[in-house]
Amino acid sequence: MCRLFALTSRDPVSPMLAIDALNVMKEGHDGSGVGLYLSGLGGPFEDLKEYPVLSGIFTDAGLRRLSEYMTEKGFSSKYSVMFKPDTEPPVGTPKRGTYASIAYELPPEWKDLDKDDLGERLVKTRLELRAEGEQTGDIMVFSFWPDTIMIKEVGDPMAIGEYLQLGREEIHARHILAQGRQNTNYAINLYACHPFFIEGIGTMTNGENTAFIPIKEYLQSRGVTGYQGYQSDSEVFTHIAHFTTKKLGLDISAYKHVITPMNDDEMKDHQDREFLSSLKKACRKLIIDGPNCVIGCLENGTMFMAQDRKKLRPGVVGGNPELGMYAFSSEICGLNAAIPDRDKSQDFQPMHLDTAIVGPDCREVVKCSQKDPLLLQR
Amino acid sequence: MLSERPITPSTLSRKDLPWQVKWDIQTCTKCGRCTSVCPVNAIELGVFRKREIKTSMGLNAKPVNEFSTFYGIRQRTDPAYACIGCAMCNMVCPNNAIEPVRQEHSTTLQFQNNRGGQSRTRGGRRNSGESLLDQLKFIRISMLTDPALDAGRHEFDVRTLLGRVLSPENEIKCFNENGWKPPVREIYPLVIGSMSFGALSPNMWEGLQMGVAYLNEELNMPVRMCTGEGGCPPRLLRSRFLKYVILQIASGYFGWDEIIHAIPEMKVDPCAIEIKYGQGAKPGDGGLLMWYKVNKLIAAIRGVPQGVSLPSPPTHQTKYSIEEAVAKMIQSMSMAWGFRVPVYPKISASSTSLAVLNNLVRNPYAAGLAIDGEDGGTGAAYNVSMNHMGHPIASNLRDCYKALCVSGAQNEIPLIAGGGIGKNGNLAANAAALIMLGASMVQVGKYVMQAGAGCLGSEKDRCNVCNIGVCPKGITSQDPRIYRRLDPEKVAERVVDFYLSFDTELRKVIAPLGRSTSLPIGMSDALGVSDKHVADRLDIKYVI
Ligand code: SF4
Ligand code: SF4
Repeated sequence: MCRLFALTSRDPVSPMLAIDALNVMKEGHDGSGVGLYLSGLGGPFEDLKEYPVLSGIFTDAGLRRLSEYMTEKGFSSKYSVMFKPDTEPPVGTPKRGTYASIAYELPPEWKDLDKDDLGERLVKTRLELRAEGEQTGDIMVFSFWPDTIMIKEVGDPMAIGEYLQLGREEIHARHILAQGRQNTNYAINLYACHPFFIEGIGTMTNGENTAFIPIKEYLQSRGVTGYQGYQSDSEVFTHIAHFTTKKLGLDISAYKHVITPMNDDEMKDHQDREFLSSLKKACRKLIIDGPNCVIGCLENGTMFMAQDRKKLRPGVVGGNPELGMYAFSSEICGLNAAIPDRDKSQDFQPMHLDTAIVGPDCREVVKCSQKDPLLLQR
Repeated sequence: MLSERPITPSTLSRKDLPWQVKWDIQTCTKCGRCTSVCPVNAIELGVFRKREIKTSMGLNAKPVNEFSTFYGIRQRTDPAYACIGCAMCNMVCPNNAIEPVRQEHSTTLQFQNNRGGQSRTRGGRRNSGESLLDQLKFIRISMLTDPALDAGRHEFDVRTLLGRVLSPENEIKCFNENGWKPPVREIYPLVIGSMSFGALSPNMWEGLQMGVAYLNEELNMPVRMCTGEGGCPPRLLRSRFLKYVILQIASGYFGWDEIIHAIPEMKVDPCAIEIKYGQGAKPGDGGLLMWYKVNKLIAAIRGVPQGVSLPSPPTHQTKYSIEEAVAKMIQSMSMAWGFRVPVYPKISASSTSLAVLNNLVRNPYAAGLAIDGEDGGTGAAYNVSMNHMGHPIASNLRDCYKALCVSGAQNEIPLIAGGGIGKNGNLAANAAALIMLGASMVQVGKYVMQAGAGCLGSEKDRCNVCNIGVCPKGITSQDPRIYRRLDPEKVAERVVDFYLSFDTELRKVIAPLGRSTSLPIGMSDALGVSDKHVADRLDIKYVI
């Protein structure tokens, strides 16, 4: 099963911290890939919060094509971090070219767009580039969003970390999602590597989602730009989080009510029972099935963890409010490795009704149970 | 039988009959039970004459003829009385001295069935044993990432929704604005399909109702049963059990007067209203209750004279088009119950199913669509309709589900599939396959008669005399001398039994697939079939 590790911190930290934690949990993943989601960027990106960052992998031809394409659209590049490894890649990792994160100045006519329109256009641009890259094999893009970098590669996390020098100052971040992948049901494909990302929301999962096809078909039929791809059976979790928060306007604490609603008995005495049961009916197609643990990060840096009731070994959340650092880990050993200096008695393992949430201030773990009254609107 | 038999084009020999009655002179005690129970009078007492030549021991005496007469059972060869293979004679024979034997290669009776220029009508199922649903396999077993679930111990949510479900956006909007929400029922996904009071005997009906009530009230399984055309007993209409009943209104409107008049006195709302436009056994045809079965009680409930055949017209005659019919009927039925009861149409699977569905998607009051495939139906129909008309359910349902996916309404309009589910006994597997192809729930009729009351009908044209009121088991007869045979309590018990075993089997199918918290509607990745064309058509995996 994949290993998950997420870190949220008041000050930017090196992604290698997360990779090290994955390495400690090594037994559980086969190292067939690693994915990183970084937001709350430090370093040179600190002052570029407004500008969407395109991250991906490009061949030389791909880079040329990219710059033509972006210029054509009216984007001008503001700052870029290009990394072209000069060492031989580790076993199993192909030589791909340049790993780039480029911040762009928006085309002038986009500047007056409202947030939703702008978001949709950014998603469209990413999808167009992705589609183009899928034909030529020269371009792979994982995200195009302000204050967000995504890095994915096949191979063992530690080896990739060293190969891509992930400890570089330029990509230090406050919020990091990292996954050591175990490739299971599908052929190895970089786009299938967690975490997944859409419009400011990144999530990653371990487990198996047996309701994948009906959920995928449902999401695809919602008419939302960006609900496509679905190379992995858990890509849908990200989109459900997006749908719940952005399209339905619910708080992230309602996410669990959508993916794993309570049964009638549990719901019986709930003060919002009427709303919850209608939500359950309307969102029936989004109910997930199979043991799953989901860790995700929202646009404002809020991080959360939830699991369904079949997850026998839930993930764990712990941290140190003084340090201003919290970690979400699928295994306790990863948490121990990353934040050894913490009050372990405060560690929290969210069970089947719980969502653990750490706000961007990294002060405490908010434990919400599905039995709690709802915070309806965001 | 004449000693000198005439030979005309339509005379048959015993050899020509598909069912031959084997009678054993040695064990028969001549009690006469078989002839009295035979529903079609295929056998009669016969007097036989026998000559024996007696030769004595000595040489002096000459051999003599000795004549004797004895009594036995004779099978009639008149096509009108051909044995239907029901084996009731065997069931009542104390010594197993008699039984029907099928003779596969005699086809002659088929050519003689249409006597007096009348085509053959019958009840039962299509005369074909093949079933595509039986070929489908469940291939996506969760083994790798996580082990399969435990069917026996895990908690399962085997329920489904009947009624128009709003989209998440509209649901929240409606909640916030306190708007009108279409009624939705949470029910068990296996529904007892429409078999009318009139087609079924009172004992059968009572048995089913008792079984359903027990399942609901004692076992917490929200099972629902549809009435079929022909109304509903007045006492049931005014009882609290009405909530377990789906009332059907069909093109003949039989019994609806009674129902409408009972509305002010109803203690509870019915589960739903089904508007019948078509049925699997005779698509494009109306219902047909033949005069044999229209006795006093049925006549009273249906509001018709006694002893006349009751054909329903093929369409709702007061409506101009299907679009109008669907819209108006749904509207007026919803209105009759104050918009508190889901109303949905039932059509036979056909090439126009999609058109009907398209009409429903835009109708905010439409609560679902029931599609009945070619294998469905229990009532009287022409042999030719039953055997050759209609569309198989699997691809029809799949097309409809996919159309819903395109319009994003797959959670909103539930599809109810019927027709041939469990025809070879594989009820749970067939139902699960249809659910994974996109059905929100399935309905069964014939299976209920077979498993619940021991109906003898088969796909080999066994029995199938439901239409003429002589059902040997008392299931589809309105003759008290016959339906007395059926004990309602036992029917109820059997209904409960097969529901419980269905439930276990369904879990045994969905647990290894890793599903437990919601019904696997549309989980088409779980299905595989070893026929490439089928796989392509249904958009499932091709496996060999
Ligand atoms: S099998 Fe049925 S129809 Fe045939 S002789 Fe026996 S009782 Fe009559
Ligand atoms: S047993 Fe009765 S219901 Fe069954 S096929 Fe025969 S006549 Fe019809």
